[in-house]
Amino acid sequence: MDERLNVSSNPHVRSKASTQSIMLTVVIALLPAFGFGVFNFGIKALITVIICVATCVLTELVFELLMKKKVTVSDFSAVVTGLLLGLNLPAGAPWWIGIIGGVFAILVVKMLFGGLGQNFMNPALGARCFLVISYTSIMTNFDCDAYSGATPLAVLKDGGSVDIMNMITGRINGTIGETSMIAIVLGACLLIMAGIIDLRIPGSYIVTFALFVCIFGGRGFDPAFLSAQLSGGGLMLGAFFMATDYVTRPVTKKGQYIYGIFLGIMTGIFRLFGPSAEGVSYAIILGNLLVPLIEKFTYPKAFGMGGEHI
Amino acid sequence: MARLTFVGGVHPHDGKELSKAKRIKDYVPTGDMVYPLSQHIGAPAESIVSKGDRVLVGQLIAKAGGFVSAPVYSAVSGTVKAIEPRRVVTGEEKMSIVIENDGLFEEIEYPQIPDYDSLSREDKIKIIADAGIIGMGGAGFPTAVKLQPKEPDKIDYIIINCAECEPYLTSDYRKMLEEPEKLIGGLKVSLSLFDNARGILAVEDNKPDCIELLKKLTKDEDKITVKALKTKYPQGSERHLIYATTGRAINSKMLPADAGCIVNNVDTVIAIYNAVIEGRPLLYRIVTVTGDAISDPCNFRVRIGTNYAELVDAAGGFKKTPEKIISGGPMMGFAMFDLNVPITKASSALLCLTKDEVSKNEPTPCINCGRCVEACPGRVVPKLLAELADRHDEENFVKLNGLECCECGCCSYACPAKRPLTQSIKSMRKVALSHKKK
Repeated sequence: MDERLNVSSNPHVRSKASTQSIMLTVVIALLPAFGFGVFNFGIKALITVIICVATCVLTELVFELLMKKKVTVSDFSAVVTGLLLGLNLPAGAPWWIGIIGGVFAILVVKMLFGGLGQNFMNPALGARCFLVISYTSIMTNFDCDAYSGATPLAVLKDGGSVDIMNMITGRINGTIGETSMIAIVLGACLLIMAGIIDLRIPGSYIVTFALFVCIFGGRGFDPAFLSAQLSGGGLMLGAFFMATDYVTRPVTKKGQYIYGIFLGIMTGIFRLFGPSAEGVSYAIILGNLLVPLIEKFTYPKAFGMGGEHI
Repeated sequence: MARLTFVGGVHPHDGKELSKAKRIKDYVPTGDMVYPLSQHIGAPAESIVSKGDRVLVGQLIAKAGGFVSAPVYSAVSGTVKAIEPRRVVTGEEKMSIVIENDGLFEEIEYPQIPDYDSLSREDKIKIIADAGIIGMGGAGFPTAVKLQPKEPDKIDYIIINCAECEPYLTSDYRKMLEEPEKLIGGLKVSLSLFDNARGILAVEDNKPDCIELLKKLTKDEDKITVKALKTKYPQGSERHLIYATTGRAINSKMLPADAGCIVNNVDTVIAIYNAVIEGRPLLYRIVTVTGDAISDPCNFRVRIGTNYAELVDAAGGFKKTPEKIISGGPMMGFAMFDLNVPITKASSALLCLTKDEVSKNEPTPCINCGRCVEACPGRVVPKLLAELADRHDEENFVKLNGLECCECGCCSYACPAKRPLTQSIKSMRKVALSHKKK
């Protein structure tokens, strides 16, 4: 035997899934929401999202080059962050908002904490919250070519009424990617079928929130109010695409239910009792902070110690 | 309640089609034979031959070195060439008896087989112990010790592990098809040792022909049932097999006997039959030689002690250059850097792959996706245990059930970041277990 043989510890085979393939699938799953956003808000939305994606990828690239680290932009995680950030901005936001948000998301929230897998907060949401606090008037101004005036949730909060059909299809005002429940759920189905996410977090999140609205919303079980609450204000985008972010959600099964329930309650509190009509972003980043604690208290029981059937 | 499966596990590419249809062929060794004194768990055997001695097929060359030990027999006739450390599949060097094979295969005169019905429980166990039988699925625990639990009356099930869940391996499959009578006979011998035991032949449902055949042959045996298990790796793991067939779950600190079970592998049961009914010690085992680098994948009946390199030639040599050669299956086998090692009682396969999927994939940062948690049949959190292991945090590793890992490899297999989770956990387990023993 002259040939050199490879030696390594078992197992000697690997599954086909890779970080890159997972991130790429998430990008594809976000395309319906993105596409609808462009259809709904026009070319301005397209430009905003592209700016965000480009900024995120470039920030990661430049940081890694400057720090002489391995360049990891090909894993598509920065693209996912950029897309999510873009979909969370109002279509009418000025171009530099996307750049500031993108740099903050990648540089501050992700890279400074050690890069992929090390951030304790979803980068896109961290950046969104940073922008909302720093540029409140821009981030809450949804006037654009297609629409003007308040978002449906703000209308509801002030006691007005909205067209439910439009809310479900997405022909309403809001951030670029949050408006169409149908487009978001379509992408979510792709993620579920590809085995990338499951319903533990989105399911417990949405159900808890719906119950919370029924109990504390002051309108009892009002289907119109409930479906407006469910389809508005980024709940669907948040539940399926951001609460399920691998890095910042609990890894234990039981923990994922607790996390989802916590997000549902917090979103309900923020929306119904807070000054703002929306609360998904804050609920999720607050949830992100609790992840280590949740994981600690939900560590599973091993096989033969009571955990074999779960 | 039996669920016929377990939670977790993975579905790797099965690869069994390469050698599945190949009948078992006898391989006649030509080169030197090497017999490590320690082919089993427990005390090494003690050599009773010396350099220059002539030995025959079936002759005892090393006696058991204690209660938990197993004797070793020569499977060829020839001269003892040396007693020296030789490399084994795991890469270590172990004291071994080297026999120069004279190619004559002269056999000893086996003692008269005692009448089966006159044998007592103790006699049967002694025959099994003296035949050198160990768990031939890979673990290598002496079978006679397994058959002597503290409370024999509390054994409810003898489970025959016919799962063969490791990809590529077809040796158990072929044996079930070609020697089912011996398998059932061996099980009956085992059952005769326990008053309250029932036999279960646990087969994965990717082998419907075996299930049908075994069901047909056992239809009049009211103490034996054939159970079709869902095909999933690692269904053949002892603890998961017990759970799938009986619904009883034991942790790593317990023995199958604590759940009223004894689990034996197909080859082991056939060896029990050969020893008790035919009076033959353990001389052969079935080895699958396969992989995409092998010209003619085969299932061989191999004399224990044969050099692996001979088997490659017997299977037509390499048709493509192998990048990785594994003794055993791809999930739990040992990667070999040298083919010049002997087949032992616990060697089940030689797998030659043209592509090494491990070196091809550079590990990247963990993205916390949870696939390892879903896949882990031990129901622990591999990514966390691997992190603790890499930091040498033994205390928390043990606290978070690190010792419950069965090293099946599902976590590393499932990891999209291609992190060597199993490897990290295995190393830490070794350290933690050695500290525990002190």
